[in-house]
Amino acid sequence: MSQAITPTIRVQNVRQNRLQRKLWFFGGLAILLILASFFSDYLCPYDPYLQDMSLTKAAPSAEHLLGTDRYGRDMLSRVIAGSKTSIFSTLLLVGFIAVFGSIIGIICAWAGKWVDTLLMRMSDMFLAFPGLVFALAVAAVLGGGVHNAIFALAAISWPKYARLARSQTLALQSAAFMQAAKMAGSGTCKIIRKHVLPNIAGPILVTAMLDIGTMMMELAGLSFLGLGAKPPIPEWGSMMSDTRNLLPTQPWVTLSPGFAIFFSVMIFNLLGDTVRDYLDPKNRK
Amino acid sequence: MNYAVKRFIQLIPILFGITFLSFLLMYMAGSDAVTEMYTNRGVEVAQEIIDEKKAALGLNLPFFQQYINWLWGMLHGNMGISYVTGEDVLLAFMKKLPATLLLTALSIALTVMISLPCGILAAVRHDKIADIVLRFGSFLGNAMPNFFVGMLLMEFLGIQLGVLPVISSGTDFRSAIMPTLTLAIAMSAKYLRQVRSAVLDELNKDYVLGAKSRGISAQVILWRNVMKASMLTIMTLLALSIGSLLGGTAIIESIFMWDGVGKLAVDAINMRDYPIIQAYVMWMAIIYVLVNLVADLLYHHLDPRIRLGVNAK
Repeated sequence: MSQAITPTIRVQNVRQNRLQRKLWFFGGLAILLILASFFSDYLCPYDPYLQDMSLTKAAPSAEHLLGTDRYGRDMLSRVIAGSKTSIFSTLLLVGFIAVFGSIIGIICAWAGKWVDTLLMRMSDMFLAFPGLVFALAVAAVLGGGVHNAIFALAAISWPKYARLARSQTLALQSAAFMQAAKMAGSGTCKIIRKHVLPNIAGPILVTAMLDIGTMMMELAGLSFLGLGAKPPIPEWGSMMSDTRNLLPTQPWVTLSPGFAIFFSVMIFNLLGDTVRDYLDPKNRK
Repeated sequence: MNYAVKRFIQLIPILFGITFLSFLLMYMAGSDAVTEMYTNRGVEVAQEIIDEKKAALGLNLPFFQQYINWLWGMLHGNMGISYVTGEDVLLAFMKKLPATLLLTALSIALTVMISLPCGILAAVRHDKIADIVLRFGSFLGNAMPNFFVGMLLMEFLGIQLGVLPVISSGTDFRSAIMPTLTLAIAMSAKYLRQVRSAVLDELNKDYVLGAKSRGISAQVILWRNVMKASMLTIMTLLALSIGSLLGGTAIIESIFMWDGVGKLAVDAINMRDYPIIQAYVMWMAIIYVLVNLVADLLYHHLDPRIRLGVNAK
């Protein structure tokens, strides 16, 4: 039931090495996925937009590994092309909210007083809405499209990072080295750059890495409802919704984008978990 | 009870925030709301009529004036009328709400039934086969968007095996099984992990070692002490995960044609029927805030350290 309280240094070394290998492996997979989505135009065996009415709803075969949809478009090409929209938008979104939220958080912690109160009450307001519900409404008002879906999800997700960055910065402010830096006459900018950012980067990076999977699914969910990428642009969520009525007869057409989401989310989740374990001081040498 | 009052007072600005944001959304969209209304009804009208209608609806007033008017109307149960059907929004919304609440309640019940025993099992059998299998299962579930789970269930239970109706025929029990299962699978995957780590944290505390060394059986320690202590965390986490459930119902309801507020909202989005969307956003947020309030109050009531003020200096 209980574990050894302090693992020996040897055990820790072994664990650290194993984590490092895992990190390289999953990191490599993630980079591969990102590269594949970046060069998706060259990887598609067929033009994802090319309709071939003589070959509609074909079953998987050697020429069309995932078959074709009702317009005779090659599904494998569409799934590969969809990675560009799905993966790139997600990374953009997570990068944006992590940076924006952290800036707000640091400002809150640094300025204190009414600035802090105002911004934190604002984030409370956003946190009072159940996740997707608010994103749904924002996307609806803005009228769909990938950019608006990204904006909608960003609007509901930045407070998490703001709170994290704020609490981390506040915790740092009482640290002795911060007092020392202040007494040594370092300016605010220098302190934030040299002392605050390196120290809060870890937790924010971990949160962001673990968020990639969730955001990818939520973005696909909005597209599924017709609030993200619009057909014929290949995007995994909208592809599933678009081919929904083919499920009884051609399940591979409907389900293959779903599996694409599933595997991408899985890779990013595994990477996120590994990064978290790697940065965990308990696993440090 | 002092605490409950304090929490209620804290709630007021949040409720105002919710109404304000809901209104703001509507305001941003509302510039051509009247045109939209006539277009949806399929009538072409002159600009003068549109202007007249705008004035009649108070859409020419300054922003805050409009907000106050709207808030005042809302407090009197008037949330406007649907652009599409001309129905009273509040009535239309309240008619569909029970179906969504039923679906939510069933999903939560099923989630608790799946993830509580499994989470405890995984924690007790830490790093043994049962734990590894459950962790793997929850990991797979975490990587699947709920509409994908729904489609898979449709494919296997509805089409391949043909045991369940693919599309709800109403809000009866048989139609509820698949949407409930879909929501519960997605939620359990997340919740199982949380239950596991909450119980595991508790199991690793010193008092468990102490109790064990005094020869108290593992069963007694688990059920009498560990569960009692970790139940608080488990309950709070459940309340928090209701937020994602409320959002998830919109997608799942529209896949399975479950006639609840989620489907109402998605249909309203396609028709650009903003008053319905607004009602949906606002009420979902209010329900969510109230659920969190109840969870928080319960937490304070159940935790003797807080209730008796031992921790308070």
